[in-house]
Amino acid sequence: MPGSTPEYVLNSALWQRLRCHRGAMIAAGVLLLLALSSLIVPALSPYDYYTPQLDLISQPPTLRGGHLLGTDPLGRDLLIRVLWGCRISLLIGLAASCISIVVGVLWGAIAGYAGGTTDALMMRMVDVLYSVPFVPFVIVLTVLFGRELWLMFVAIGAVSWLDIARIVRGEALSLKRREFIEAARVSGVRAARMIRRHIVPNLLGVVIIYATLTIPTVILFEAFMSFLGLGVRVPLASLGSLIADGASDMQAHPHLLLVPATVLATIVYCFNFIGDGLRDALDPHDRHDRHEQA
Amino acid sequence: MNAPDSPLLQVRELRVSYATRHRGRAVRVRALENVSFDLDSGQTLGIVGESGSGKSTLARALLRLIRADGGQIRFHGRDLLGLRGADLHAVRAHLQMIFQDGISALDPRQRIGSILAEPLEIFRPQLPHSQRRERVLAMLERVGLESLHLRRYAHEFSGGQAQRVGIARALIVEPELIVCDEPLSSLDVSIKAQITALLQQLQRDLGLSLLFIAHDLPAVQLLCDRVLVLYLGRVMEIAARDALFQTPRHPYTRALLQSVPIADPRRARARGRAPLLGDMPSSLSPPSGCVFRSRCPHAIERCAQEVPALRRVGHSEVACHRAEEL
Amino acid sequence: MNEDPLLQIRDLSVSYPGAHGRFTALCELNLEVSAGECLGLVGESGSGKTALLLAILGLLPAQSSVRGSIRYRGGELLGLEAARLNAIRGARIAMVFQEPMSALNPYMRVIDQLSEVPHVHGGMSRRKARQRALEMLEAVHIGEPERRARQYPHELSGGMRQRVMIAMALIGEPDIVLADEPTTALDVTVQAQILSLLQEMRERTGAALVLVTHDLGVVAQLADRIGVMRGGRIVEQAECTQLFSQPQHPYTQALLSAMPRLEYPL
Repeated sequence: MPGSTPEYVLNSALWQRLRCHRGAMIAAGVLLLLALSSLIVPALSPYDYYTPQLDLISQPPTLRGGHLLGTDPLGRDLLIRVLWGCRISLLIGLAASCISIVVGVLWGAIAGYAGGTTDALMMRMVDVLYSVPFVPFVIVLTVLFGRELWLMFVAIGAVSWLDIARIVRGEALSLKRREFIEAARVSGVRAARMIRRHIVPNLLGVVIIYATLTIPTVILFEAFMSFLGLGVRVPLASLGSLIADGASDMQAHPHLLLVPATVLATIVYCFNFIGDGLRDALDPHDRHDRHEQA
Repeated sequence: MNAPDSPLLQVRELRVSYATRHRGRAVRVRALENVSFDLDSGQTLGIVGESGSGKSTLARALLRLIRADGGQIRFHGRDLLGLRGADLHAVRAHLQMIFQDGISALDPRQRIGSILAEPLEIFRPQLPHSQRRERVLAMLERVGLESLHLRRYAHEFSGGQAQRVGIARALIVEPELIVCDEPLSSLDVSIKAQITALLQQLQRDLGLSLLFIAHDLPAVQLLCDRVLVLYLGRVMEIAARDALFQTPRHPYTRALLQSVPIADPRRARARGRAPLLGDMPSSLSPPSGCVFRSRCPHAIERCAQEVPALRRVGHSEVACHRAEEL
Repeated sequence: MNEDPLLQIRDLSVSYPGAHGRFTALCELNLEVSAGECLGLVGESGSGKTALLLAILGLLPAQSSVRGSIRYRGGELLGLEAARLNAIRGARIAMVFQEPMSALNPYMRVIDQLSEVPHVHGGMSRRKARQRALEMLEAVHIGEPERRARQYPHELSGGMRQRVMIAMALIGEPDIVLADEPTTALDVTVQAQILSLLQEMRERTGAALVLVTHDLGVVAQLADRIGVMRGGRIVEQAECTQLFSQPQHPYTQALLSAMPRLEYPL
């Protein structure tokens, strides 16, 4: 029948459905605002994130000019520090997620499409990696290579692709049986092209959803690493390290903990809401026009 | 190796089975057993059967989409079952397929233009972009679509239009043989007529060689030169079209023809009882000897003991012990 | 016998909210079904034939808007409260669906599903209901009925499942049986059997049959009267032989000419 809805909704229709999901739209707005501020505000502010001002140690937030959110134990402006921390966290989150998504999708798509021994081997490797205890792994890397920012990317990326690989492999397995894949085989499409042009594009819906779940997980993980003292190096701060610093001084100066913690929580909630919205928008079962068939 | 007047396609004793679970145990089901037939260039062979007859399995085995257990599929004298890798890939340019559900056979993420261009990109890589586009447009026109359809996605088409795209895709590399796997089954009555007419026209204009798999007998009568009747994976009868429809030799063929609904109330009511009793036996445990005997009104003891061989009776080939007498 | 029609539908209009505004499934439809007759409703997909059956049974989705009148034995069905509708539905007006696999409960044995109707609606004791169920299985020519009765739907073939559906429809001794493309999903040889069965059941029980299909050949065999549906309306209604020999409406004519026919049919 003309106009019957596809299983995979395309971009413009997807966008329309997403727009109806208010939580997701608000979350996206907030996130965008945070990201933009973290990029722009530090350039506009008279303060930087690394110069200590020893006469202004741990000032509480004040609305009257100067330091809006107070200062940290070294007299640095907390707002700027937090925005920088936001920038770092988002950067690591997005970059590491990109790596893990690319690796995970390729791994899963190849395993799922190839099937048989290849699939078994590839997924057994995933199982083995799953069992690697994560924190000691990162500690070992840190010991070997020192505390570099890029190390964070690698370490986090190396572990978070596993979930996506499993999900993608499952999708690829069921996609493989669809008629248009058979048709492509008859048209002469071979494995590499099949995966690139037919399998992966049809997986993107699932991948997008998992990406929005992976990103907050990665950010939280980085925060945890920094909290343990394994993350970014001073004077750079990420939200995790700021929380760590703030936690040790919780009693006397609560704002040092509350501000970065709130920002981190906000980021994670926002990604989760966006993920919810995307999932609803992409859900093939929730369709109003089903009863147009009489 | 290949005499100029030998058939385009020669299938000999094709056997296909698949693994499944029955009552918790892994068993093998024989989907096709000892299937043999020829197809000449420029001819259309109809493969007729009901569910469980193995017709879809036959289509997929011919296109090497599934594995066959034994037998030969000789295409221009070369056995397809022995081909691998680059050889198999090369053959695909000459052997194409039209699928049952037009819309499902199209990648939902690709525009029609790129779906149609893909076979050309693969098999005629030396073709410059402009010529490729020309061919795609020409093919679209040939199947009754327009250039504005190029930018559309599969879900924007009706079943009939999607099937036209499928036909265009099968034709675009100018294959020698096209296997049509129930191309009309998922279409509405009026659309069926349109697509049938399109296929007829293409047959005339292009001299196509088709393997037309269907359960729809009137369409088979319209399009096919010869017809093969399958039941539970075995060949029951092969005959020229008129011979089959006018003087069916096999009891199953007769029953099939008698079951087709007639759009004439007087004759429909004059028909009387349904010709066949019982249901299709399960492929898991087919009857011994002639698989049709459990529903055949003319079965005798010999039918349970001996599998009837396909032999010539009159102008047809029939697998029935009692073909001469009936 | 009562001269009034068993089922009287007047100005029935049904619409649903859709992605692009309201979608009209049925538009001021008028139809009558007399006791014991077989009415064939022919139309392609989107003609509204399924919507019509759902409207009669009160099974339309909640968001649909329904206007008009459907009277069964003089009583209005539209807007009837659930309890009374339930008493009619299944017992007095029964339905045979296209896809038995989706209409039969996969977790219940055949005998249990079949005996539900006489037990719950008819107030029969469990044992009597099961007895009746077995009788019905025999009546629809299911071989080895005791064995089949204890099986689950997925263990039966398509043809057998459809017979069970017919048995379920007829077990409550309804006045009207609505059949929605009952043979479309079946092989042609099994289709012939099921059509013969429907004819036999009609003769035996005297129930009226509303047979919805897209296949004119199917109604040619069974129907007394035929209604041709298109776009939510009935474009032509005529007695069976009349429709085939002298179709009036251009759509009917087109449908008849598009119908693939066998030359030299047996």
